[in-house]
Amino acid sequence: MGQLADLVSYVIRKLLLAIPVILLATLIVFLMLYMTGDPISALAPPHATQEQVEALREKYGLNEPPYVQYGMFLWRIAHGDLGISVGAATRNLEVGDIIAERLPRTLELMAVGLTISYSIGIPLGIFSALKHNSYGDRSVMVFTLLAYAMPSFWLGILFMLLFAVKLDWLPLEGTTGGFASIILPAMTLGIGNAALTTRMMRSSMLEVIRQDYITQLRSRGLPEREIIYKHAVKNAILPVITVIGLDIGWFVAGSVVVETVFSWPGLGMMITTSILNVDFPLVQGCILVLAMFVIAGNLMADILYAYVDPRVRLG
Amino acid sequence: MIRLRKRLNDRLMTWKMAGGVRQTVADIVERGSKNTMVVLGFSAIVFMVLIAVLAPVLPIADPTRQNLNVGEFLQPPSSDHWFGTDELGRDVFSRVIWGARVSLLVATLAVLVSMVIGVVLGLTAGYFGGKVDYVISGTIDLFWTFPPFLLALAFAAALGAGLFNVILAISISYWAGFARLMRGQALSMRERQFVEASRALGAKHPRIMFTHILPNCVAPLIVWASIGVADAITIESSLSFLGVGTKPPTPSWGWMLQSGMLYLDGAPWISTFPGVAMVFTILGFNLLGDGLRDVLDPRMKGLRR
Repeated sequence: MGQLADLVSYVIRKLLLAIPVILLATLIVFLMLYMTGDPISALAPPHATQEQVEALREKYGLNEPPYVQYGMFLWRIAHGDLGISVGAATRNLEVGDIIAERLPRTLELMAVGLTISYSIGIPLGIFSALKHNSYGDRSVMVFTLLAYAMPSFWLGILFMLLFAVKLDWLPLEGTTGGFASIILPAMTLGIGNAALTTRMMRSSMLEVIRQDYITQLRSRGLPEREIIYKHAVKNAILPVITVIGLDIGWFVAGSVVVETVFSWPGLGMMITTSILNVDFPLVQGCILVLAMFVIAGNLMADILYAYVDPRVRLG
Repeated sequence: MIRLRKRLNDRLMTWKMAGGVRQTVADIVERGSKNTMVVLGFSAIVFMVLIAVLAPVLPIADPTRQNLNVGEFLQPPSSDHWFGTDELGRDVFSRVIWGARVSLLVATLAVLVSMVIGVVLGLTAGYFGGKVDYVISGTIDLFWTFPPFLLALAFAAALGAGLFNVILAISISYWAGFARLMRGQALSMRERQFVEASRALGAKHPRIMFTHILPNCVAPLIVWASIGVADAITIESSLSFLGVGTKPPTPSWGWMLQSGMLYLDGAPWISTFPGVAMVFTILGFNLLGDGLRDVLDPRMKGLRR
């Protein structure tokens, strides 16, 4: 088989393998609603008669056994119907519509966060590897340890305290400040991941600059700058970039907390407020959409990896 | 003190020659004690655990006693209240200490439970291989796809707040890492000579799995468990911060940070001190885990995503 055919069959295999993962996500989300008790109390009007309740049960299929209900649930989401919100502020609105309205906010935050994370992590990692075991390298390592140990909500609070309350440079929360509003939440989201990126870039770089071809380039008398930036970095950055898809998982999980801290009106904050409002259809919808992003990110990482390293395709 | 140290040293020497798990542990102690990260991390953990265990006998204020008299709530740190008081006049210092109890208890239990699930499933998959492995590692991969925090959030939201529910939610979300680790170890060991020898001697499968393979995986398990506790503390406090973790009035760091957020401007100490304690503890477990990993097996460096 040709190179391309290999890659295509690999991608198809990976896509097929994603199906059970998607099913697990839907199952967990379905069980969430099932475990939280009888949804009829949320669906029925406060003074509904016994007959009205029964009619509603029949209508929503709540009298069916659980596996039939799960089947119906799958059928509905396959048709893009995520149900109807039961929260006070959004009662009777389509969950799908609410999510469509909020999703761009989360994507925006994740994009800026990713940019921050990589523009800190990659240069720091290169610096650290080139100055291996120096004080500079050690300080970078201490930074990564600290940044990784900081839960994002605590980091967010510190940023708020410093940049919004004490210095008054940036808006405290919400989205009213235009682009300035996104800086603090995106930094909070990005820095933990920047620590991971730094470490990966550093070890990848360390590995590359010890290889024979780098020594060979040196012996040919190439300027050190050219060796590092044209050859070493190019090869070292590849494994770091290929896992960018896995970072999406980190950002998805982080966005729930960070959006809540900064009142950023995206999906993450929606989850928190809907949990408190006992609006489970909305929680389900948001978690399902975020889970799809994680799955897509994993797929992307797998495919990029196979594209970069042809040996993987055959495995 | 010197006598105690000598006795510990003697014990270490005997263990070093004992073989099996005890030898591994002696080895870890000996090599770990020469690594700065391990020593720092371990000291931080011992300090926090001591404080948490001794909380009921320490001469500190009742963490749940409110005092709404004028001049008692929202007070800055003073000699009476070292970390100040919160919006209900409760002593922040004693709440931070009691919070350590909750965080450490939840994290340790959650990691233990997920370790048991992960070890049993991973060992079974790796040892038997074939169809068993296919099914189990399929399940492992399913759970491994999702970030533990997202899973834990979904489970915690469904189960409702409470200490036990949080432990359960974290355990179901975190076991996949342990299972992957054990499966790999079991796979690499099942063809080794000592395993084949005991099989030839007629040992039953569970005996081989748990008395021959498992003891050889103690070192990586300790590394993972240490990092796991750090992750579990982060997850627990994040859940509490979002309001789906432990319930008030249980003093939890995440919850304290959340309620302190409203007073960031005038009374930053309500959030700051629990935050510092939390980072200190998480850092301790991360340092211990990272340091031990470097010491015990440099090849494990890429293990963490």
